[in-house]
Amino acid sequence: MAEQPTSATLAPEPRTGPVDAISVRDVTRDYRRPRTSLRRPSPPVHALRGVSFDIPQGQRFGIVGESGCGKSTLLRILAGLDRPTSGSVAIDGRDITGLPERQLKFVRERLQLVFQDPMSALDPRMRVGDIVAEPLVAQGHPNRTERVAELLEAVGLGADAAQRYPHQFSGGQRQRISIARALAPRPKIIVADEPVSALDVSVRAQVLNLIADLVDELSLTLVFVSHDLSVVRHVCDRVAVMHDGQIVETGPTEQVYEEPRHPYTRRLIAAVPTLGKALSGVSAADLNREYRP
Amino acid sequence: MTDDVLTVRDLNVAVGGRKLVEDVDFTIRAGERVGLIGESGSGKSLTALSVMGLLPEGLRATGSVRLAGVDHDLVGADETRMSRVRGKEIAMVFQEPMTALNPTMKVGRQIAEVLLIHRTRPDRASARTAAVELLAQVGLPDPAAAADAYPHQFSGGQRQRVVLAIALANDPALLVCDEPTTALDVTVQARVLDLIVRGAQDRRSAMLFITHDLAVVATVCERVMVMYGGRVVESGPVREVFTRPRHRYTQGLIGASDLTVVDDHGRLITIGGSVPPAGHFPAGCVFRNRCASATERCATRPDWVPTGPDSGYSCFHPVSESDVPESGVHKIGANEPGVPTNQEAGLG
Repeated sequence: MAEQPTSATLAPEPRTGPVDAISVRDVTRDYRRPRTSLRRPSPPVHALRGVSFDIPQGQRFGIVGESGCGKSTLLRILAGLDRPTSGSVAIDGRDITGLPERQLKFVRERLQLVFQDPMSALDPRMRVGDIVAEPLVAQGHPNRTERVAELLEAVGLGADAAQRYPHQFSGGQRQRISIARALAPRPKIIVADEPVSALDVSVRAQVLNLIADLVDELSLTLVFVSHDLSVVRHVCDRVAVMHDGQIVETGPTEQVYEEPRHPYTRRLIAAVPTLGKALSGVSAADLNREYRP
Repeated sequence: MTDDVLTVRDLNVAVGGRKLVEDVDFTIRAGERVGLIGESGSGKSLTALSVMGLLPEGLRATGSVRLAGVDHDLVGADETRMSRVRGKEIAMVFQEPMTALNPTMKVGRQIAEVLLIHRTRPDRASARTAAVELLAQVGLPDPAAAADAYPHQFSGGQRQRVVLAIALANDPALLVCDEPTTALDVTVQARVLDLIVRGAQDRRSAMLFITHDLAVVATVCERVMVMYGGRVVESGPVREVFTRPRHRYTQGLIGASDLTVVDDHGRLITIGGSVPPAGHFPAGCVFRNRCASATERCATRPDWVPTGPDSGYSCFHPVSESDVPESGVHKIGANEPGVPTNQEAGLG
């Protein structure tokens, strides 16, 4: 893609080479289930099992998988909201795994999240202006009103949206508000968790275009999580396919899509209904039968 | 035709003075699968609920909904009469299987319940046998054990299969599916869609399939109706509508859902603006405030232009065969072979 690693122009500590925006090393995360027996503890759930990958600055990285594959656990760990059982995560070269919450401030500034459901991600009792300003308040930024107006313009809503409440907006507009809020502290990394899954078809393309434009303009690193391979294919340069807590395949998106190597990836691609497949006569039974062209 | 199962004429749904569904007209024959697509607020779910007689309080339906084998109109029928039809002649698969099932009842009993209420099985024992048989038909492993489990013990896809088993229990003449796979993962969706189609085919049930996903409707249905702003704006055979759309909204919808086509700037094709809230669509053509081809003429309501027995559109400026695709449309990657996209189809 167009973005080259900007070799951290204003980084506090000068580095020799470009540092990966996110670097994940052999991360595992086990959860304990509630006890069902007095004699022995329940077996742990292995939500993540030895996950490793690097995302260079400016890359658009997709994570694809079905529910229960561990993608949400992985996101929470990337954002410093959860800790791995073992392994390490580095943001901009700084290890965040052992750090206490007060030292995670730089993560909160560098990395911001956009969630799936824009209705539950926005406080219905707050005005849009206050919602977008909240990360700025939390981090003690000055000149918030100007910045909020600028952000709302950037996501195509207009500054007057600041005075209104989330329920006065449609689903697509609410997702724009979430994006404005995520951009407020000038992050370099955006982590989007199924950002268009809850949107109508005609609005989905608008929001995807907006995300692509902003990532380009602001030279952001994007981590885009979705169950929908065709969305990831449009948005991302590289993709990792997750299954059962592990990354089963990773590579350039187009390559993974055109020549999937892992059987699970093949099944995933085969099961996706598309207009093209349907019009060439692929039925529901064919999708279910692990159809391969 | 004598094979008609569902006949809907001039269906209107209104709340107060606000029209939410306007003049909907369609027929579904036995064994036919018809899709109803549209975005949220287009009125597709309300259309289904009027057929089921399940409209929320305060909403009033007018017009006529006739079902073969039922001697009264379903619009305006009282609850006693509707409850005899529901679960027997018409059954529905809902979007959210967790709320459609009773969490305090074993699933075997929930299936047996529809059989006993409609007296299609004489006693509990035979209803239970039939319930286990139905669970086997929807592909649940160990159906006898599944019959004795509660809904929370199943995954989302399995629950949706239980809901389908209940819907199919009395071999309904009409199966209504409202976004049945929207909450499911792709591989599970493929499985459930396969089961729904097979279940309906085995019974020669007519099917009304509601979704916002064009690809799903194209996979499952033979015929499709496109709804926007409470009206059916275009209808016809799936291949016809999706390869040669006539209405500008259908064209936009197909463009916006194709993530493999971009313009000169690498951007996806979009429809401008957003869907207005229900009841706030413009007068005349409901799509005119988002339509690039709209003129003053569109301020009056366009007539339905029939193009076949079950197809037509209502638009003053339909997409024509000679329409040249907008300049600078690019295709990413090699698409599925031999399938024209709407842009290519426009070239003839």
